[in-house]
Amino acid sequence: MTATLETVMGSDEPGLVLAAPRLTHEQFLVLHRAMVRTRKLDERGMKLQRQGRIGFYVPSFGEEAAQVGSVAATAAADWISPSYRQPGTALWRGVKPEEMLDNCFGNAGDAAKGRQMPVHYSFRSRNFISIGSPIGTQIAHAAGVAMAMKIRGDGNVCLTYLGDGATSSNDFHTGLNFGAVFKAPCVFVCINNQYAISLCVTGQTTSVSMADKAVAYGMPGRRIDGNDVLAVYSATRDAVEAARRGDGPMLLELYSFRMGPHSSSDDPSRYRPKAMEDAWAAKDPIQRYEKWLIANGHADAGSLAAVHAAAEEEMSEAAKASESKPAPAKETLFDDVCAARSAMLEKQRAALLQEGDAHAADMNAAFPL
Amino acid sequence: MTMSTTNMTLLQALNLALHEEMERSKDVVVLGEDVGKNGGVFRTTDGLFAKFGAERVMDTPLAESGIIGTAVGMALYGLKPVAEIQFSDFIFPAFDQIVSEMAKMRYRSGGEFTCPVVVRTPAGGGIRGGHYHSQSPEAYFCHTPGLQVVYPATPADAKGLLKSAIRGADPVIFFEPKRIYRTVKGDVPDDADFTVPIGKARIAREGKDVTVVSWGAMVHTCLEAAEKAARNGVELEVIDLRTLVPLDEECILQSVRKTGRVVVASEATRTCGFASEISAIIAEEAIDSLEAPIVRVTGYDTPFPYTLEHVYMPGPARVLDAVQRVRSY
Repeated sequence: MTATLETVMGSDEPGLVLAAPRLTHEQFLVLHRAMVRTRKLDERGMKLQRQGRIGFYVPSFGEEAAQVGSVAATAAADWISPSYRQPGTALWRGVKPEEMLDNCFGNAGDAAKGRQMPVHYSFRSRNFISIGSPIGTQIAHAAGVAMAMKIRGDGNVCLTYLGDGATSSNDFHTGLNFGAVFKAPCVFVCINNQYAISLCVTGQTTSVSMADKAVAYGMPGRRIDGNDVLAVYSATRDAVEAARRGDGPMLLELYSFRMGPHSSSDDPSRYRPKAMEDAWAAKDPIQRYEKWLIANGHADAGSLAAVHAAAEEEMSEAAKASESKPAPAKETLFDDVCAARSAMLEKQRAALLQEGDAHAADMNAAFPL
Repeated sequence: MTMSTTNMTLLQALNLALHEEMERSKDVVVLGEDVGKNGGVFRTTDGLFAKFGAERVMDTPLAESGIIGTAVGMALYGLKPVAEIQFSDFIFPAFDQIVSEMAKMRYRSGGEFTCPVVVRTPAGGGIRGGHYHSQSPEAYFCHTPGLQVVYPATPADAKGLLKSAIRGADPVIFFEPKRIYRTVKGDVPDDADFTVPIGKARIAREGKDVTVVSWGAMVHTCLEAAEKAARNGVELEVIDLRTLVPLDEECILQSVRKTGRVVVASEATRTCGFASEISAIIAEEAIDSLEAPIVRVTGYDTPFPYTLEHVYMPGPARVLDAVQRVRSY
């Protein structure tokens, strides 16, 4: 028994066609705008990396519907336990592009004080948990956050994001099992983009759908057309409402495709068939939604183009603002290791400050990659 | 007898060792994330998949504990798995399998079972990798009886030590200095049976004034410092440990008895780092020979930073500052 693909706009995969969610004209357009902003932020990030202005970037091309449709079902007080490929969820929750690019530049404006690689965001004020590079760890955190929400009884829900690769991690099992056993208000959102760097999903698992894995944990699982923003929104809203009601967690597989490289360091032509990329380019979630918006009288070519132009301008301005900020002061290296600096750390900090420019020659030397 | 050699990068030397050992024995298998079709994210396993096939070069699911856990199983059954952990920063989900299982199997079974797995893992900073692509976790493994810990610094050693590790009887954590994968080139013996013994250090540069002990990419930082010191008439003796466990104590102590002054340089976090162990051994075994306190040059006791990486990483100036301190004591 395998989960059936659920879609609203109609997919070329066999599946179940859902009714469109009942949203206002304005709400339909807000979803579109959020997807376009995500795309434009990613394009800007990759461009900055290619120009050598930032060191690294992880784009989410092709996953805009999966990100926006799901996060749109959350309330501001809900929490997000993200992986590193959901910039659109941060934007949706009110993070400014400049704040995100501050992180990519690792400058003094970065909430994480330039301590992490680009795209490893942390936005406490938006209940958006600090992102790490290890795969799957955030899944167990999400179960824990949701267990705490249940103990507090505050009616909040935690949404966590993971990729197809993360379903093989220890913490996928742990997180889903704990979430289910404690009936925690958690939604596990697996964006199946079909590649974990070079490994195709068929090498990751022999489950036909990630949603099938939910059965083993005693929770519902649904397979959703991840390139259909309306289907993603409907399914996530149902899952969030169920979790909020106290029905426990749900696993959603958002079936999609990573249209870009794993990261700016990756070359997918080494392992991914061109024909597959072409086939999925034709299913671009933004274009697909734009066709639907036009067909349903919500937009025309001119209004859509204006959204793209505004987002382009917004990201360009943000990049300019972020690039102008200085690097963090060198002594900030010693802040936040613990609540207070230990005597040993004070000593090391003093030595660095006393060193003055002695180490400067080393510091300016480019470390070879 | 002259040995024919080929000039190559450290990365090419590792790749060559893997090709040769897989040719030599059908029992040698390679497994890890992206090691097959993609040839590894650093291309260390390039060409193995095409030559030896998917059965011996396995693209695994994304689970480090699974990679090491199954490698332990394969080794118990008699294969010779060479497992790759893509970055040593991601080794920790496999820590239980390494520390509790792999390292203890021989001892806990009274020698009935062994699991001579080779775990290859790129380590160290200097590639703008932030916390999760830069750390130097070798001390955790040096602290675990039952493991051998190897950390080459040159192409020839990379080839020779990896081959020794694969042919050896015990599990090896094989750290690869990724910062110098492509930047350090050297002559590597062509002989398919060329090996470098595990447990033997190397004098990378002879000198009479100060002993500088190091390993991995830091060896090259120390050699750069030695070059600068020599211009001022100070001769540093740079020791490249090559293997941390088992440690070549005699090589270190002989040098210390000659120079009487020691700097230990490592880019790892300071507290409980392997530099501390070296310092303790010298203090215990050769204090009578010391003319000055031992000085450690290390990373700071902070998580590895991104933007401030260049502040964190010890460079030649910090090594020279330490040399100055032990000379002026």
